[in-house]
Amino acid sequence: MTTAADHIDPALRAEALASLLIERGLVDQATMDNFIKTYEQSVGPMNGAKVVARAWTDPGYAERLLADGTAAIAELGFKGPQGEHIVVLQNTPEVHHVVVCTLCSCYPWPVLGLPPSWYKDPSYRSRIVREPRAVLAEFGLELGDDVAIRVFDSSSEVRYMVLPMRPAGTDGLSEEELAALVTRDSMVGVAEAAAP
Amino acid sequence: MGGMQGFGHVRPLTAEPAFAEPWEGKAFALGLLSIRAAGANLHAFRHALERVPPGEYLGDYYDRWLHASQILLADSGILSAEQVAARAARLSGSDAAEPDPPEPHKPSMASGGPGNLRTLDTPPAFAVGDRVRTADLHTPGHTKLPAYVRRRTGTVTAVRQAEVFPDTAATFQGENPQHCYAVEFDSRELWGPDAEPFRLSIDLFEPYLEKVT
Repeated sequence: MTTAADHIDPALRAEALASLLIERGLVDQATMDNFIKTYEQSVGPMNGAKVVARAWTDPGYAERLLADGTAAIAELGFKGPQGEHIVVLQNTPEVHHVVVCTLCSCYPWPVLGLPPSWYKDPSYRSRIVREPRAVLAEFGLELGDDVAIRVFDSSSEVRYMVLPMRPAGTDGLSEEELAALVTRDSMVGVAEAAAP
Repeated sequence: MGGMQGFGHVRPLTAEPAFAEPWEGKAFALGLLSIRAAGANLHAFRHALERVPPGEYLGDYYDRWLHASQILLADSGILSAEQVAARAARLSGSDAAEPDPPEPHKPSMASGGPGNLRTLDTPPAFAVGDRVRTADLHTPGHTKLPAYVRRRTGTVTAVRQAEVFPDTAATFQGENPQHCYAVEFDSRELWGPDAEPFRLSIDLFEPYLEKVT
């Protein structure tokens, strides 16, 4: 079934919707711009990287983070939409966690920002729950047969963040230097943290 | 989409901006603000995303958000699809006549507070370690029980905080808060004896589950 409304270029559709809502006072241009700016500049994986680096350097913090992710993450000032209830999954040499949302695109915004394109693509959403080892290999992550894989499908308001393993050879690094090794992909579980 | 086939390989990208093009940022903001303008909620927005026609659904992600916003706004009588089409035509230089807005009829649903986490007086029916089977539910409308875990047996690994029940909230039939559980399934229970060995954990609401004795 198609209607006349189905074949509008997305940029034009956005413009049409925005102008109709703004002129009737239903949407405020400044609020709209502020949302965009916030997710372009202030909210992103650099937040999650700080959480991970803190957990790597402060065992007490790591313990709190695993016991109550939402509260420990809020200690660093990160909270907000899509972060009501955050559970942190710790990767170890024995167990590797990877996160998906098969129903839509649920993602822990306060720590990771908005999801990357591959996270929203049908290929990732359909396959990571069926053949995770094969999909992780496509990301370049080859896990040994002795590593157990745990896939987490985000189907409630719980949002998951992976705590990757601290890379070898990072003993002398500061928290800030460590944070630079924590990639977005390592906090979703499709990669390990970068080597120094 | 869990378990669907035919979508090919993943396309990893390590660095990309939040919005690849300026309109995507607008679509994102409009999605969030349309929920407000329509008097709807996040569950209704997800339900609207699911009602985007399949061809559009599989197209651009933020175009899907625009379609879902329009669905919510049309449902609440705030804006019609014809108005959007006419405005788009006018913005492209045509002198298309713009239809009048529809009669607003925003949904009303009592709210138990901000967000979706709730506290229930009734105790949870299941405990960590319980074996549970997912019901053969085919809820019309919106549900958070994906098809690929339906009629499967797993183990409760955590009792989460109770939440607003998406299946009723999405259609404004009430918050109807429910206990929520992390349930873990063996991959072979989901995909047969030749499946890659792994375990899958998913958060499921109490009405989806039956105890296995």
